[in-house]
Amino acid sequence: MLHIVVCIKQVPDSREIRIDPKNNTLIRQGVPSIVNFYDMHGLEEALRIKDEQGARITVVTMGPPPAEKGLKECISLGADDAVLVTDRGFAGADTLATSYVVARTIRKIAETWGHVDIVFCGKQTLDGDTGQVGPGVACRLDLEQLTYVNKVEKVDEENRKVRVHRLLEDGIEVVETSMPVLITALKELNKVRRASLPGMIRAARYKPTVWTTADFPDLERAKIGLKGSPTIVAKTWVPEVKAVKTKMITYDSPEAAAAQLADQLLTKDMQTLLDWA
Amino acid sequence: MAKEQSTEQIDPSMPDWSAYRGVLIVVEQREGIAKKVSWQLLGEGKKLAAKLEAPLMALVLGENVAHLAEEAVHYGADRVYLCEAPELRDYRTRPYSRVCLKLIEDAKPEIVLFGATATGRDLAGAIATHLPTGLTADTTQLDVEPHPSRLLLASRPAFSEKMMATILCKQYRPQMATARAGVFQALPKDAARQGEIVRIEATMREEEIDAQVLEFLRETGKLNLEECEIIVAGGRGLGGPDAFGLLAELADALGGVVGASRAAVDAGWISHEHQVGQTGATVRPKLYFAIGISGAVQHTVGMSNADVVVAINRDENAPIFQFAHYGLVGDLFKIVPAITAEFKKRRTLFGIQPPSDKDSLSAAPTESESTATRERSEAK
Ligand SMILES: Cc1cc2nc3c(=O)[nH]c(=O)nc-3n(C[C@H](O)[C@H](O)[C@H](O)COP(=O)(O)OP(=O)(O)OC[C@H]3O[C@@H](n4cnc5c(N)ncnc54)[C@H](O)[C@@H]3O)c2cc1C
Ligand SMILES: Cc1cc2nc3c(=O)[nH]c(=O)nc-3n(C[C@H](O)[C@H](O)[C@H](O)COP(=O)(O)OP(=O)(O)OC[C@H]3O[C@@H](n4cnc5c(N)ncnc54)[C@H](O)[C@@H]3O)c2cc1C
Repeated sequence: MLHIVVCIKQVPDSREIRIDPKNNTLIRQGVPSIVNFYDMHGLEEALRIKDEQGARITVVTMGPPPAEKGLKECISLGADDAVLVTDRGFAGADTLATSYVVARTIRKIAETWGHVDIVFCGKQTLDGDTGQVGPGVACRLDLEQLTYVNKVEKVDEENRKVRVHRLLEDGIEVVETSMPVLITALKELNKVRRASLPGMIRAARYKPTVWTTADFPDLERAKIGLKGSPTIVAKTWVPEVKAVKTKMITYDSPEAAAAQLADQLLTKDMQTLLDWA
Repeated sequence: MAKEQSTEQIDPSMPDWSAYRGVLIVVEQREGIAKKVSWQLLGEGKKLAAKLEAPLMALVLGENVAHLAEEAVHYGADRVYLCEAPELRDYRTRPYSRVCLKLIEDAKPEIVLFGATATGRDLAGAIATHLPTGLTADTTQLDVEPHPSRLLLASRPAFSEKMMATILCKQYRPQMATARAGVFQALPKDAARQGEIVRIEATMREEEIDAQVLEFLRETGKLNLEECEIIVAGGRGLGGPDAFGLLAELADALGGVVGASRAAVDAGWISHEHQVGQTGATVRPKLYFAIGISGAVQHTVGMSNADVVVAINRDENAPIFQFAHYGLVGDLFKIVPAITAEFKKRRTLFGIQPPSDKDSLSAAPTESESTATRERSEAK
């Protein structure tokens, strides 16, 4: 049977974050934590594959203990197992350090529950928003990577092939590659289902597997957390609104307004600007 | 599962990076046509290289792309590495990253920049992990500290564009970043400019490559707002899909294309590919009309780099006027047709032909919904 790992991240809903106008800092209080919604589309696709051809689904997150809530949500939707990797040592990880731990965890999952065929990640998160963890994990596990996927056309278990559509800026690319493979999910991939009552009951009783650094005897300390992160946030600030010199056009009739605007725009500069000359 | 890629140890003392010099731009292309962001990055890279007193380099890879190496010189590169091979016809992560990794190893640039496109992020994410080094995502401001620190100050929006963060990579080289399209400015193309073109070998044979690109469905008529020079954008103030017809007429008269706010897209009046803003396109046109758009920050982050902004809104206090060079307070249903008529008249007066159909700027956007965008709107 296929074994699918879905990577999820519990994130503050950045749409709800406001800036404190007094000291230009983020107001995070009362901001709800949610499972990064791209990840839910990754899970949904895994569930669809499970519905169609059978699969075992393991969900994984690296994060603080409250991230367990997100894992339970995935269980309520139909995931089979969930793993929380949590340790103070992981804190402050950038994408390089995150991909190191997530990749190690997936390797351990494969050792524990059997080989992994497909890994789903979200296209990016709502907080860090880098889209770099997926390619990072793929690289570390030496998996083929298929990013920006908006359709999984075929998962051929027998021939170990996967065919997807990737949504790029200028079109759609149809790509086929072999399993094991890492796929990053777009929201266009599918419509996320709701939890069933039995699912919710199972989730309420479910205890995710928790791993800490102690469970990874060969994890290199220099590669995890803040220490293992080459990028450093040196400064944050609230961008200033660019001051633009506005010329308000006053007018008696729409026609007069249009004529004034055209006069302004078709000055010599603008004329070349608009390639009209 | 194959074993994990090895990554090098972190040196706690500051390593000696003096062998790493210069700025490298990885040029993105499809079918021999470069993405504009590549030339925009060369423009920005030139400033960084000048401050570091180091060369500006470009890497062009693909099949039949030698002309792009020349073009990269015309857009400011001092030296272009050119890698042509049939295996590189379609972008695929492994063969592309192999070439990049080998070049980074040999040429030792201190800074490597990619467009923050789907392809650019796919590639940069793989390379940074392999090297390993830090990678700053989706930057919108770049600067360097001069010698001796030579640090790249890579700044990017965070938390739905509400904040900016400057990110450094002190301990590793090269310093890498992906950079958003439409934010930086390309230098004017100078066909007389000379530079060095160095051919390099591809390092992967087809038998070693698993991924196969079976098909590319170009979204014909798909708008690439990021590349457009004149955009006529409409918002919720349009009140419905019909008024986008008025905007399309104005866009036609100007030789531009139609854009939209998210409110208009969410209402289903126009497809998502027209959306400008944080979750749409970041544009850098010469002229931007904001019509019936209030000017929410998520919209203005996508358009405030336009050279000239004209706002039309019946609310004189609409925040969009803070971003407009020319403001017209009034009913768009009266003003827009008048402006269209005026520009048509002027064209005839000046004896100027309307832009030809072949002109990419005049693609009629509203009629050309591709299957992909249809699927996308159904998925909502
Ligand atoms: C303001 C800000 C800016 C930042 N900028 C950068 C930067 O430019 N470069 C950089 O290297 N780091 C950056 N970081 C740090 C980065 O956000 C974190 O390292 C984070 O752990 C992973 O990156 P991401 O959230 O961007 O994930 P993405 O790469 O956007 O996530 C893609 C997918 O990877 C999976 N995934 C991500 N994190 C986890 C996890 N913890 N557990 C399981 N699966 C996961 C999910 O499926 C997710 O959808 C930044 C952080 C902040 C707060
Ligand atoms: C996470 C997130 C991401 C987002 N991303 C984007 C994005 O990418 N792009 C984006 O645009 N928005 C985005 N938004 C939404 C954004 O916050 C605003 O809701 C949206 O931009 C408002 O669109 P609007 O200006 O068209 O509508 P409104 O704010 O409703 O403004 C309509 C304007 O039309 C004017 N008007 C009405 N009738 C007329 C008339 N007859 N003549 C002239 N003027 C008239 C009104 O005075 C008003 O100013 C995002 C929001 C979130 C939370």
